[in-house]
Amino acid sequence: MTDTPATPARQSLRDWLQAPTASSPRQARAQAFWRGWQRLIANRAALAGLIVLVLLVAMAVIGPYLTPYSPLQQDLTARLQPPSAQHWLGTDDLGRDILTRILYGARITLMMALLVAAIAGPIGLAVGATAGYLGGWFDIVAMRLVDVFLSFPSLILALAFVAALGPGIENAVIAISLSAWPPIARLARAEALTVRKSDYIAAARLQGASSMRLILKHVMPICLPSVVVRVTLNMAGIILTAAGLGFLGLGAQPPSPEWGAMLASGRQFMLTSWWLAATPGAAIMLVSLAFNLLGDGLRDVLDPRND
Amino acid sequence: MGGQVFRTVVSVSVTILGLLALTFFIGRLLPLDPVLAILGDDASQEAYDRMVVKLGLDKPLWEQFVTYVWNSLQFDFGTSLTSGRPVAEDILRVFPATLELATVAMILGTGLGIPLGVVAAANRDTWIDQVVRVVSLIGYSAPIFWLGLLGLTVFYAALGWVGPPGRIDIVFQYDLEVRTGLYLVDSAMAGRWDIFADVFSRIVLPASILAYGAMAYISRMTRSFMLEQLSQEYIIAAQAKGASRQSVIWRHAFPNIAVQLVTVVALSYAFLLEGAVLTETVFAWPGFGRYLTTALLRADMNAVLGCTMIVGLIFITLNLLSDVFYRVFDPRTR
Repeated sequence: MTDTPATPARQSLRDWLQAPTASSPRQARAQAFWRGWQRLIANRAALAGLIVLVLLVAMAVIGPYLTPYSPLQQDLTARLQPPSAQHWLGTDDLGRDILTRILYGARITLMMALLVAAIAGPIGLAVGATAGYLGGWFDIVAMRLVDVFLSFPSLILALAFVAALGPGIENAVIAISLSAWPPIARLARAEALTVRKSDYIAAARLQGASSMRLILKHVMPICLPSVVVRVTLNMAGIILTAAGLGFLGLGAQPPSPEWGAMLASGRQFMLTSWWLAATPGAAIMLVSLAFNLLGDGLRDVLDPRND
Repeated sequence: MGGQVFRTVVSVSVTILGLLALTFFIGRLLPLDPVLAILGDDASQEAYDRMVVKLGLDKPLWEQFVTYVWNSLQFDFGTSLTSGRPVAEDILRVFPATLELATVAMILGTGLGIPLGVVAAANRDTWIDQVVRVVSLIGYSAPIFWLGLLGLTVFYAALGWVGPPGRIDIVFQYDLEVRTGLYLVDSAMAGRWDIFADVFSRIVLPASILAYGAMAYISRMTRSFMLEQLSQEYIIAAQAKGASRQSVIWRHAFPNIAVQLVTVVALSYAFLLEGAVLTETVFAWPGFGRYLTTALLRADMNAVLGCTMIVGLIFITLNLLSDVFYRVFDPRTR
């Protein structure tokens, strides 16, 4: 490490992270995280996925400030213009700049995916970890419920929920979450089953920890890595389902620049102005590809059984 | 064995009951008043009350559920608000179109996916493996409706290699004697090769696009099953006794993953139904998926729930069949 001309503070951080023995729990955790990070970025595909996602988040945050156009402002004198220096991705049938709409659409897509992950992840984790740890009737009922939910393809189930709740972004998020938690619960349960009989759980129980505390503090953390991987891998599916709902007219509604809805309204111009539908579709694919790559990489890093 | 069968029967029955409970529950979530949905806003109070009684909405919830289960088990899903016919009859009418599409897609997806997966595993970490990986990753990641639109633009509009959207030319629509509902089979049986060519030119693109997703899944699973087998000791034994590489892969390793693959193929068949919903919309394919989306957009709840239930039942059946197949044909599970 002496040949890298780094600042003293940086070097000491690196030393701290690479010290052969950790001197505090905090350092041990930081070191474990650091090693995982090193392995993740050593995986080129995962790194590529991560870079795309970071760029996407950056675009979603600052993109709208970089473009002079509004995503909703119509300009009927500039309808259906092909990609040019002025409009990098062309304009749509109402003269709106497509690049601008895609940048704003990134916000919608990311928000929907994050909301679904934030709803379905914890529900799946809680139900699965509790069922796996407690066993008994709670386990039977919960897993039966999971089986029932899993006997539908997720899009079909989401469609049925949206049909009942009505179209719109919020309802689409609820519907996708309702169809996304069961596989996570099943996974968390399998993880919980592997530790429920372990000595450290028995030790904690002997110290008088309640079931609630055991599940929250000792079982859930064990389930967490595989749940994170699964949620990341599912992100791609969630984004495709959200876009599919938008495309069918059941998710985000026009004039919202949601990518699926943009694709649906660009569809009729496919033969004459291909860029209307081609560009949002490419954006959907890029993001879902990035999540798939990152998810694969995370699985390799976090799941030691794959070694 | 008897206990096993009993347990399976109980488990499937419970799942089906749960399925019914879930669709019943979804039906009650509806913020719309189902009575007003049928009668319109300016129905008289008297007509409203009569409809409430007719729909059984005055009865307690559990009684409504029992009636619902009883009717559903006899495939009575009520009347579609849009077509005015029983939902079950509608589904039966549109289903062959989807079955034909999914079957052609399945043949393509399996026919390509399995060899690709085997080849990728046999050439692990070489450029061949990487190419297969990238191709299947794209298949996982691309929105199927987008691929459909691009495909139509390139292969139909620009190159003219495939037929237009729709299942059959309007000229032939009433010319074809429908026996099985599968137009490829019907036209071949009737010896009408002109119709067969038209139907084939139209099914080829949507089926290929559906097949791409199935292929991605199948090749990935085949690769991982195959890698597991290739790391076993019997493979080393076969190599040591001088078996050729081809023989080791196809005669020694492959038969051991064949049964596992049947499960994968059965599952992807079920997932094709999901893909069909989006693909049929793009290709104006008059099948199950388009029936479902039309019903969704018109808030035709009976039709939506009927379709949802049918998909669930198909899913459960395919799972059950592949499970049984597994037990019967894989001696390792005994």
